[in-house]
Amino acid sequence: MRQNFNQREDRKVLDRLTCLVGNADSICNMASLSAREPFEEEIVDFLNAVSRRLMREAKDAPDLMTLGFWMRKASVSELKKRFVREAKDVRVGRGVAFHIAPSNVPVNYAYSLAAGLLTGNANVVRVPSKDFWQVSMINKALSDALTEYESVRPYICLVRYDRDREVNDLLSALADTRIVWGGDHTIEELRRSPLRPRAGEITFADRYSLAVIDSVTYLEREDRDRFAEAFYNDTFLTDQNACTSPRIVVWTGARRKEARRVFWEKEHELAKKRYRFQPIMGIHKLTQSYLAAAAREDVGIVRTEDNYIVRVSVEKPDSSLMDFLGHSGHLFEYDCDDIMEIRELCDDVRCQTIGFCGEPDMIRPLLLSGIRGVDRVVPIGKTMDFDLIWDGYDLVERLTRTVRLLV
Amino acid sequence: MNYDEILTIPPFSLEKDQKSKLLTARLKALTVHHRANCPQYRRILDSIGYEEDAVSTYEELPFLPVSLFKELSLKSVPDDAIVKTMTSSGTTGQAVSKIYLDKTTSSSQQKTMVKIVNEFTGSGRMPMIILDCPSVVKNRAMFSARGAGILGFSIFGAKKIYALDDDMKLDVDGLREFLEQYRGRKIFLFGFTFMVWQHFYKELLRLKEQGIVFDLSEGILVHGGGWKKLVSEAVSPEEFRKRLQSVCGLTRIHDYYGMVEQTGCIYMQCECGHLHASIFSDVIMRRPEDFRVCETGERGIIQVVSAIPESYPGHSLITEDEGMVLGEDDCPCGRKGKYFQEFGRLKDAEIRGCSDTYAAKF
Repeated sequence: MRQNFNQREDRKVLDRLTCLVGNADSICNMASLSAREPFEEEIVDFLNAVSRRLMREAKDAPDLMTLGFWMRKASVSELKKRFVREAKDVRVGRGVAFHIAPSNVPVNYAYSLAAGLLTGNANVVRVPSKDFWQVSMINKALSDALTEYESVRPYICLVRYDRDREVNDLLSALADTRIVWGGDHTIEELRRSPLRPRAGEITFADRYSLAVIDSVTYLEREDRDRFAEAFYNDTFLTDQNACTSPRIVVWTGARRKEARRVFWEKEHELAKKRYRFQPIMGIHKLTQSYLAAAAREDVGIVRTEDNYIVRVSVEKPDSSLMDFLGHSGHLFEYDCDDIMEIRELCDDVRCQTIGFCGEPDMIRPLLLSGIRGVDRVVPIGKTMDFDLIWDGYDLVERLTRTVRLLV
Repeated sequence: MNYDEILTIPPFSLEKDQKSKLLTARLKALTVHHRANCPQYRRILDSIGYEEDAVSTYEELPFLPVSLFKELSLKSVPDDAIVKTMTSSGTTGQAVSKIYLDKTTSSSQQKTMVKIVNEFTGSGRMPMIILDCPSVVKNRAMFSARGAGILGFSIFGAKKIYALDDDMKLDVDGLREFLEQYRGRKIFLFGFTFMVWQHFYKELLRLKEQGIVFDLSEGILVHGGGWKKLVSEAVSPEEFRKRLQSVCGLTRIHDYYGMVEQTGCIYMQCECGHLHASIFSDVIMRRPEDFRVCETGERGIIQVVSAIPESYPGHSLITEDEGMVLGEDDCPCGRKGKYFQEFGRLKDAEIRGCSDTYAAKF
């Protein structure tokens, strides 16, 4: 049975929402709205229309440009090729997706929404509580595009609300899939609100990531400035606080010492030029370094000329190192003779992304060794690139239903 | 020189070079002591490759972030030597600093504080008015920096009364009686800046409008705890002094800067409105982006060093407060040593990232 919204109590709860796109009625109507086929043409065209607006109006915002680029018809068609198999079976969206976006990243909710739309679902999205200007721009692009695509309108409702158990309860009861970003605390909070028996949940928990750089491959590159930039984007663009941000740099290969020197010199130069250093950050980084040092015997804090990038080298990398995570340019470093030395670090469900520079064959034995972590290995600079396989989940599979057709 | 010998030197008597020599020797010795007796501290020094011989002045010594004392139990004496554990104030749910004191350190703290404060109040105990409520020290659950401050300063009081009752109401009759009894004597008043303003000054102002006036022109007020809560009331330090004077004739008003992590070495504000470092301790302002020492007149993060701590490795700490050295050895008040201004806590960092920050660690 679908949730029935006619009761006065429920309407009262819904009145506590601030709707940025859509309204309380659209939420009520979602219960009886038809699910769509994944990658339906109208949805693809709609996202393309949003993309055009974003790319026209957000030229100086790299995160919005990346979003716009990702939502283009051309790139979505590539996704469609990967995810839609020619088969007799019918695939259809699960129904209603309830998304809880992280509160301190501006654009993530838009990717979540796009994933929900592309898989044929109606979407209620809690957008970041912080008033990011990017959010206003995205919402404007969505609203504008909706005027051309009225039939998509019932499928989108963007809301804002304070932490509110009753709202969580109501929207969770409505959901066929609940998508929770925002890490362990947020997941814990949302788990108090029950889902219906057939409903599914996708949770993005607290994760950590690493970078593996082969010194020889690195030194053979000619575009080292671009490489510095790529690493900067993985790291500083989100204050090194995204789940995808590398926390430790693992150096392999024969020319480690030289590679480290060259790499950090370039990275430091770039960070100093571009990063908005906040006065308290140096203290935070010193604290995390000293906490690690106080607890472990294998720690060496690298002497650097300033606090933009604080480096802590370790001799035995294991996942307990991640209890001392810093941010805003606080990196552990490990000199690695054999890739299997970092097995323990990767054998942890919290371990997510390896930003990689080197020969793929080098890392294969590690991935095949039965580790519990590592969901993706991507080039340095691409750790933030959103994909419909994210954090180890196939979002298309999770957000759709397959109707077996044997006749 | 051991600490008892240092204590015989008048607190504001040494010029820069003499003070530097004295502090460098003492602080280096403390570094050796803590390295030998506190395993976590030893590992921290090892991690930065600390070499004692390379240190020529105390400005080159390593410093621990104060927040380390919230995360770790740092002590340099056996557990059975600890006589007192002090904790910092903190809003509910926040971690508090834990500072472990043995007999020596605890007594050095008290002696030091007496030496410093006497330079401003004169020696000898005075009748004391505590501008707070009695429960703040009685109630162990409430025991906090406020309680510790009151107990600490109580050594300057002969006869004491609390000016406020437990509902934070001014005890008008008690106060009148007390002032009557000690008429003509120097009266010592102590309280936290916000409490003084909110529950003492405002009440006196109200009473004055009704024609009830107290004469505190013989009083000396020492207050501390910071201005953060008063910023919302838009009260500047100058305003604070001026208004108190106009309502009760109080002219001798001294703010102070200090922290539970270095109790004893407080920085008292002089007649010229400057905070002063005694010979027992010092402040060093550091640039946030590289921790290099600031020029005089340049804002920076306050590092504090203290010659006292033997039972815990807190002799060199970097705070999360901002300050500025105004000068050294040449304050018009005549006291030697650095004088400075404090601007309150650094702003919290605004950090992006996927994980929501509910109970942020910092």
